[in-house]
Amino acid sequence: MDEILKKQLSITACKVRMGIIEGVYNAKSGHPGGSLSIADLLTYLYSVKMNVDPKNPKMPERDRLVLSKGHCAPALYSILAERGFFPKEELKSLRHIGAMLQGHPDMKGTPGVDMSTGSLGQGISAACGIALSAKLSNDAYKVYAVLGDGETEEGQVWEAAMFAAHNKLDNLVAIVDFNGLQIDGAVTDVCSPVPLPEKFSAFGWHVITMDAHDFDDIERAFNEAEKISGQPVAIIQKSTKGKGVSFMENQVSWHGSAPNEEQYNQAMSELKAKLSELEGN
Amino acid sequence: MADMVKIATRESYGNALAELGEKLDNLVVLDADLAAATKTGIFKKKFPEKFIDCGIAEGNMMGIAAGLATTGKTVFASSFAMFAAGRAFEQVRNSIGYPHIPVKIGATHAGISVGEDGATHQCNEDIALMRTIPGMTIINPADDVEAKAAVFAAAEFNGPVYMRFGRLATPVFNNPDTYKFEIGKGVLLKDGTDITIIATGLMVYESLLAAEELAKQGINARVINIHTIKPIDKDIIIKAAKETKKIVTVEEHSIIGGLGSAVAEVVTESCPVPVIRIGVNDKFGHSGPAKDLLKEFGLCSENIINTVKSAL
Repeated sequence: MDEILKKQLSITACKVRMGIIEGVYNAKSGHPGGSLSIADLLTYLYSVKMNVDPKNPKMPERDRLVLSKGHCAPALYSILAERGFFPKEELKSLRHIGAMLQGHPDMKGTPGVDMSTGSLGQGISAACGIALSAKLSNDAYKVYAVLGDGETEEGQVWEAAMFAAHNKLDNLVAIVDFNGLQIDGAVTDVCSPVPLPEKFSAFGWHVITMDAHDFDDIERAFNEAEKISGQPVAIIQKSTKGKGVSFMENQVSWHGSAPNEEQYNQAMSELKAKLSELEGN
Repeated sequence: MADMVKIATRESYGNALAELGEKLDNLVVLDADLAAATKTGIFKKKFPEKFIDCGIAEGNMMGIAAGLATTGKTVFASSFAMFAAGRAFEQVRNSIGYPHIPVKIGATHAGISVGEDGATHQCNEDIALMRTIPGMTIINPADDVEAKAAVFAAAEFNGPVYMRFGRLATPVFNNPDTYKFEIGKGVLLKDGTDITIIATGLMVYESLLAAEELAKQGINARVINIHTIKPIDKDIIIKAAKETKKIVTVEEHSIIGGLGSAVAEVVTESCPVPVIRIGVNDKFGHSGPAKDLLKEFGLCSENIINTVKSAL
């Protein structure tokens, strides 16, 4: 990847992480761990890959993203705010009474949200429906669905996987955020969904694995995905839950809890230091 | 009325979809491996490119329907009531109801009249389940004429709609030349002053038969058809409560949460009068011919007549 672009993306991703912490801290609840693990992915998609217009969020020919792991809404809200779909100030009222930003994505109230999600396993089906619609009408847009690794324990994910391959939805890319942790512990301890590449492959998908925190590798994976025709693409991204905040990394306890003031200050100072480092270079 | 033409409302559903396909370019019909039974097969034969079989995966089908509809497609998703409202309840609630996506759910094989397949397939709970979803419109048509009109109205309606159709062929009593359907509007079929029978779906015709017999015995019963259970026509119910002082409700559904409950809610809040509910009385069904089951469960004109008489 071009070094200037990579630096810009790194800066944006760092700001997205700050927005996640800001939102979850002010909400006093929410899901920072899995939000931080998809920050680089969403930054890449919304900055480079997706045809979207913040001034015209319902543009019919736009690419769509369905956040099937809807509890990671803070990451989606943060990148949408970065891209100018709504003011960053909104992040501070996440989950508050009367706020636009609901605990889980609400397509009716939030510009840029393409599908309401939150109940795991359902977003991937809606993404298949959107992709099918493009096929039926010969529309060129792409559909991205972002799933959690724990989410793939839902049977509906595999109903959708079967459907997408059967209908040759090569305009659909599902990204599974493999951070290895879910609420009750390691995914391999709770009720193991692995091996995911082999499962998606057996369901008729083209499978790509990717380092979730390396923009060179992210670019490589999506460039490969673009070349695939006749079948949907699953990208299994190996990620670190809580990525970017030292004390949250790989800690299952940060799946669904908010930082206190001290932890908030520490997280923000780490991210600010990272940002200065990136901007200084 | 004995020699009337009989058509199952699932057949009406399939025929109406096939007609709609001529008019609507953006129509997509989904099914979950039951096209031959739900009669979406009639549509499939005519418009194979607009028909998508989702396989035996009703939850996924509801999500597919939601996704399609977000892009402006007019989408009908079909299965048996048991699976559309039961199995896929949460998908309907979260992927269709919460975002208020205008998916039309065509649920066939509702109620005890499924017959021989028995209790696992006789869904007597779907109206109750769907009523709890905010913004869901629920239509339970009474005959072929009304069922087709309901499908056409639903296609144009900007919101999610749950439509309930039956497996059993039943009399076509509405006149197709004069019948007018309006979502949310109850239909006064027979005026009366002694008592009101409020019925829905297959029980509307049985109620008309009962009223006819009651008239011979000097009892003047009003008959109202409530095809739209949500939003319910409060005015026609309150008027009936005020004028006839007693109400009997009749539905091929559990007495818990269906038409009877909906009518009782309106009546107790606005004009308290006795409401007697005829329906499946908190029981599972079992295998047998539909007609025998309907009699056994009291979903017939004879039981309506007896219930009305004991209420007076």
